[in-house]
Amino acid sequence: MSHPSRGVTATRITGTGNPAIVAEGLVKHFGDVEALKGVSFEVPQGTVLGLLGPNGAGKTTAVRILTTILQPTAGRAEITGFDVVASPRNVRRSIGLAGQYAAVDENLTGRENLILVGRLNHLSKAAAGVRATELLDQFHLSDAANRPARTYSGGMRRRLDLGAALVTHPPVLLLDEPTTGLDPASRQELWEVIGGLVADGTTVLLTTQYLEEADRLADRIIVIDHGVIAAEGTAAELKARLGETTVVLGFADAVSAASAVAVLATHAATILPEDDHGLAMPLRGGPTTVRDALNALDSAGLSPTRIDLHEPTLDDVFLSLTGPTA
Amino acid sequence: MTATTTLTDGSNTGFRPTSPAVPMPGDGALWAVRDTLTMTWRNLTTIRRVPQLLVFAIVQPTIFVLMFRYVFGGSISIPGHSYVDYLMPGIFVQTCAFGALNTAIGLAEDKGKGLLERLRSLPMSRSAVLGGRVLADTTRNVFVVVLMLAIGYAVGFRAHTNVVMVALGVLMLVLFGFALSWIFALIGLSVSNGEAAQAAAFPMLAPLVFASNAFVDPAKMPGWLQAWARHQPVSAAADAVRACMLGGPTAHKVLISLAWSLGIAIVLSPIAVRRYRRL
Repeated sequence: MSHPSRGVTATRITGTGNPAIVAEGLVKHFGDVEALKGVSFEVPQGTVLGLLGPNGAGKTTAVRILTTILQPTAGRAEITGFDVVASPRNVRRSIGLAGQYAAVDENLTGRENLILVGRLNHLSKAAAGVRATELLDQFHLSDAANRPARTYSGGMRRRLDLGAALVTHPPVLLLDEPTTGLDPASRQELWEVIGGLVADGTTVLLTTQYLEEADRLADRIIVIDHGVIAAEGTAAELKARLGETTVVLGFADAVSAASAVAVLATHAATILPEDDHGLAMPLRGGPTTVRDALNALDSAGLSPTRIDLHEPTLDDVFLSLTGPTA
Repeated sequence: MTATTTLTDGSNTGFRPTSPAVPMPGDGALWAVRDTLTMTWRNLTTIRRVPQLLVFAIVQPTIFVLMFRYVFGGSISIPGHSYVDYLMPGIFVQTCAFGALNTAIGLAEDKGKGLLERLRSLPMSRSAVLGGRVLADTTRNVFVVVLMLAIGYAVGFRAHTNVVMVALGVLMLVLFGFALSWIFALIGLSVSNGEAAQAAAFPMLAPLVFASNAFVDPAKMPGWLQAWARHQPVSAAADAVRACMLGGPTAHKVLISLAWSLGIAIVLSPIAVRRYRRL
């Protein structure tokens, strides 16, 4: 403990050191199209940032800049302290990229794909082979190791693609829509793998169109739309913006519903905009609110035919931020 | 204090103390060569996995051989040569030119499938993806040329020189294919998939291969076309290969073809690599 280097190590593990990813005022123009209009964020070590947005929001452009594939028109970005424009080679040594299209070579076997990436990361032949075996094992691809990747299912390809991104144990992982097009079981499996990596201290930037994915994996979420940040926060913070849980009560007819709204006026009940047989009221006082409301209705001779609780979801956040065009 | 410095300069190990040591690669020419060989291995493995592509590579020129040898050949007279002897070097050059087309198709497919994105995110040499592609296609061309030599022998072609000169002829062919590969690399990087690469390359390839001395004597072409047909790389390569395999004055023709091949490769390779960097 008294050893100075141990203290520093502890700091690094808890992730209070320099942010692993920094983006400052990133701007990217493609001709007249402004894909990014000044996007800034930081990702502390060992955490997951979810970049959430509809197609064409600028998510992939941001990832391509961070992986040195694309140069920003303006602004700057750093990965593990290295500038993506000034020190691209150092950046490339610190990152793993798993792409939107599973970027595996279909004619190579799973093992050959991993060895190729290992060799191009300048591992020795032996080291690349050992690492390939480890990854095939970790991603449950050992049985298919010597089959060409074109025979793999979509989920297997994604796992191989993610494995290829992990060949050098990169401290920073960039995942561009890693589960797009996967069936729910494969998605679940990939989430578990990503969760495991984060638990081991990997910093992850994840782009996704799936709110569930961001909710499940990301410590912090940035909603990006038309090249600008529309909102930022934890999943809970973003949901809190949409306010309270609501209780929805359904009635046999519109007359009963209207009477119920009158009875529950003190609870700020309103007729549902899309259904005049129902009403909505905020759950302000917690569960007892429901008991009070039902008792009040009972005294008035009204009994609801259904009751629903509506929690705000990230979908609501997303739609309210990006608008109906999303 | 040194530990603090490690933290702020953000070196790899400083950020992930639990990761095993990763060899820190150099950035020199030696790594560029090694990366190029790795990519060559990858591309040749792909060719081996899809052997039907190699078969097609032989079928198309063989049809040309049969057509020109037996259908048109009777009506074509070349002073000083039997037609089959004149024809086969032209076929070899054509085969190499179409073989080089694979460079465009291969790169365009890698680009379309997102593989280039991954490769561009790796700490590998920036010239290795193109170099490995061109080297693999050149290797493939050596195979195909040797097979076409055998087919030539089967239809009556005979070299009139010696083994060394025939080998020099093969070398000229391979160099020519190598040079064209760099042109096709540029085309392959500029389109988005294999079919588009083929469509983009063919209009360029057709006037080179057919408006040349590969199959017929340019003396019978209209004057304006003769000028082109006599002074272009396909004709220069066919002339050099004919001289190497059939005899006659050789040095001058070999030098002209060599100048074309090296000139194209030297000018186009840095342009293609720059295109790759800026994809």
